[in-house]
Amino acid sequence: MALRQIPVTAWIGLILTGAFAFCAIFAPWVAPHGNGEIVGDVWEPMSAAHWLGTDNLGRDLISRMIYGARITMEIAVAATALSFSLGSILGFSAAVFGGWFDTLMSRFVDLLMSIPTLIFGLVVLSVLPTNALTLILVMGILDSTRVYRLSRAVAVDINVMDFVEAAKLRGEGKAWIIFREILPNALSPLVAELGVRFIFAVLFLSALSFLGLGVQPPDSDWGGMVKENKDGIVFGIPAALIPAAAIAVLAISVNLVADWVLNRTTSLKGGRG
Amino acid sequence: MAGKQAKTRPMADGQASSGKLLDIRNLRIEATVYPPGEAPKTITLVHDVSLTLEKGKVLGLIGESGAGKSTIGLSSMAYGRGGVRITGGEVILNGRDIMKAGPRGVRALRGREVCYVAQSAAAAFNPAHKLIDQVVEATLLHGTANRAEAEKRAVALFKKLSLPNPETIGERYPHQVSGGQLQRVMTAMALCSEPDLIVFDEPTTALDVTTQIDVLAAIKDAIRDTHVAALYITHDLAVVAQVSDEIMVLRHGRLVEWGGTRQIIKEPRQEYTNALVSVHEIEHQEQQPGTTPFLSVKNVTAAYGGGHVKVLKNVSVDIYPAQTLAVVGESGSGKSTLARAITGLLPPEQGTVTFDGRPLANRLADRPKEDLRQLQMIYQMADVAMNPRQTVGTIIGRPLEFYFGMKGRERDKRVAELLDEIEMGKGFIDRYPAELSGGQKQRVCIARSLAAKPKLIICDEVTSALDPLVAHGILKLLLNLQQVEKVAYLFITHDLATVKSIADSVAVMYRGEVVRYGSKSKVLTPPFDAYTDLLLSSVPEMEIGWLEKAIKGRRMASAGN
Repeated sequence: MALRQIPVTAWIGLILTGAFAFCAIFAPWVAPHGNGEIVGDVWEPMSAAHWLGTDNLGRDLISRMIYGARITMEIAVAATALSFSLGSILGFSAAVFGGWFDTLMSRFVDLLMSIPTLIFGLVVLSVLPTNALTLILVMGILDSTRVYRLSRAVAVDINVMDFVEAAKLRGEGKAWIIFREILPNALSPLVAELGVRFIFAVLFLSALSFLGLGVQPPDSDWGGMVKENKDGIVFGIPAALIPAAAIAVLAISVNLVADWVLNRTTSLKGGRG
Repeated sequence: MAGKQAKTRPMADGQASSGKLLDIRNLRIEATVYPPGEAPKTITLVHDVSLTLEKGKVLGLIGESGAGKSTIGLSSMAYGRGGVRITGGEVILNGRDIMKAGPRGVRALRGREVCYVAQSAAAAFNPAHKLIDQVVEATLLHGTANRAEAEKRAVALFKKLSLPNPETIGERYPHQVSGGQLQRVMTAMALCSEPDLIVFDEPTTALDVTTQIDVLAAIKDAIRDTHVAALYITHDLAVVAQVSDEIMVLRHGRLVEWGGTRQIIKEPRQEYTNALVSVHEIEHQEQQPGTTPFLSVKNVTAAYGGGHVKVLKNVSVDIYPAQTLAVVGESGSGKSTLARAITGLLPPEQGTVTFDGRPLANRLADRPKEDLRQLQMIYQMADVAMNPRQTVGTIIGRPLEFYFGMKGRERDKRVAELLDEIEMGKGFIDRYPAELSGGQKQRVCIARSLAAKPKLIICDEVTSALDPLVAHGILKLLLNLQQVEKVAYLFITHDLATVKSIADSVAVMYRGEVVRYGSKSKVLTPPFDAYTDLLLSSVPEMEIGWLEKAIKGRRMASAGN
């Protein structure tokens, strides 16, 4: 496909998301200083030596941001991947198998969804040991209820179409029907949801860290960095706003990419127009 | 219709007195399409079509889908459906160019001078309002009569259209009357404001053949008695021959032929018209049933909703190798349910289906792969019967892989052979269903079922969604394939012309029962039972005056009446 067919908005999204991803993957090489290294005074202003200044303990803020990107995106990507695989497979299965399996799953999901996610997360995380794996599991499972709802609704519609009936008459197994007949046709709404869910995962993680139940010091994600530096705002120090802005820019750029992917996948001619 | 002359209308100049009601000159209609990833382009749907219609006359517009019939019909109300633009020509109605009338002028004429009758009345009525409120709406809106007068007029029209209980039927909601009745109520709605012109857009296409004849007769009488002019849009030449004075044949947005009804039917001048007129002729020698059927359905009873709604009652039929059993009947007669019972999608409550001398498992899930391979199915709607995300190669190749374990080059070779068999060729292998025409889609579905090398293919209304010429091609293909592959068909249809051209034996179904069953010649030879007679006499024939003869000659009222 020709590069110039990609719209400007998608370019902006791709470049920004790419930059974030690059920082996250190559953090130790990109960052000028170590993650926990104290290099100067507390809350130094921006300078040639420290592009974004230093934080509440005198650590280089841009290095912290880059390591923070790594932690934030690692956990958010893993949680989104978990919520999507779990939610969509269970949702599709519920639609295809129907009967008691569907009822049981759907009511269980209703039960989970009736509890506010943040409160549920806080309760679980205050009991369990706080590490990356627990965070991913808690976030992934709580988010998968939303994905389950969506994929079940989409799959129920597709499941009654003639081509699925034709596959059943051919004698195809449930796995073929779920992955080869339903999944490709359910992809468009799921991709749109993927972008939104990833961002919700970032926001959820940030909220947890801000409340002190997410990523634990000395590591820190962006939400945690807002928390660390929030007292500086009173003194007119912008250190807390920088990670907050990063969260916002990531949210927007990922959605720009998701929009573009969605437009491409809705074409029924294999994207060749 | 005394109020007719009293109506006064603004006239541009004196030219309206010539008796021409509608004069469309060099009409050009365009639409902009937005192919993904390409620059938007403008396509022309109607190329320089001109027509005139006199007061009280009926002009039939006929052609296959995409011919521009509806688009032209709607232009007489200065309306372009779904982003379609009228970009050239003049539409002169009652002496003035309505393209220049402006939004207010157009609103004043729609529903008063021109009314519209849609194909699907069920979708066109608002389900939240009573029929009478919708019938008189346009009349009240234009202020041509007060409520009491309008309702009186509506009841008179209900009577004229021979609706049951004309005084009270208006108090019902759209879902409380049958499809055929609803279509007549819609005609009453169009006539209620006493327009000069009605556009009928395929008004009987969605109806059963036995219901169609009543609606057709009602529309014809109403047109005659009210002296309204009409544009009658349809793809069925036999239908249009019954109601119109003149016929215009269209193709790809261009005029093919325009003439009197008799001339078009008896002496078509253009090749395309000739093809439309002579479409039903297929040579098929009826075969006598062999000694043993390979599939027999014995005393099958089936029901939906846990046994509450019986849809099949004690049905027995036999299918012989390489022969065609046609199952005919109107909608709701249980034809498709019979197919579902045979395939195991709906396990029968009683009775058995035997295949090659042994009983088939009732439930689909209990049947071995080999039994599934032997019974294949082709659907009415080819577009939803194929996964839109799979290429033709995958669609046809999957049964090869699934039943015979073919892979790679061997599979591709067989797919190419099958594509040749359905007269399409291997160039289509990488196409997606959305890149095929309606007829090609159905051919791919045929290839998919043939790939399994089955003994029986169940064809569920496979031609009814297609244009007549395309359907003709599909039927010929099916017959040829039967010769080559020695496959039997269970052919479900409501179209008796199709039955006549391809069946060896016929089962007539009515309300879940087989009312007549035997070889084609036996079933289609008198004496008939009352239902078969009704069914046979309801099939429109391309003959002027057929409608009156058919109505007079029948012995049983149709169910939708």
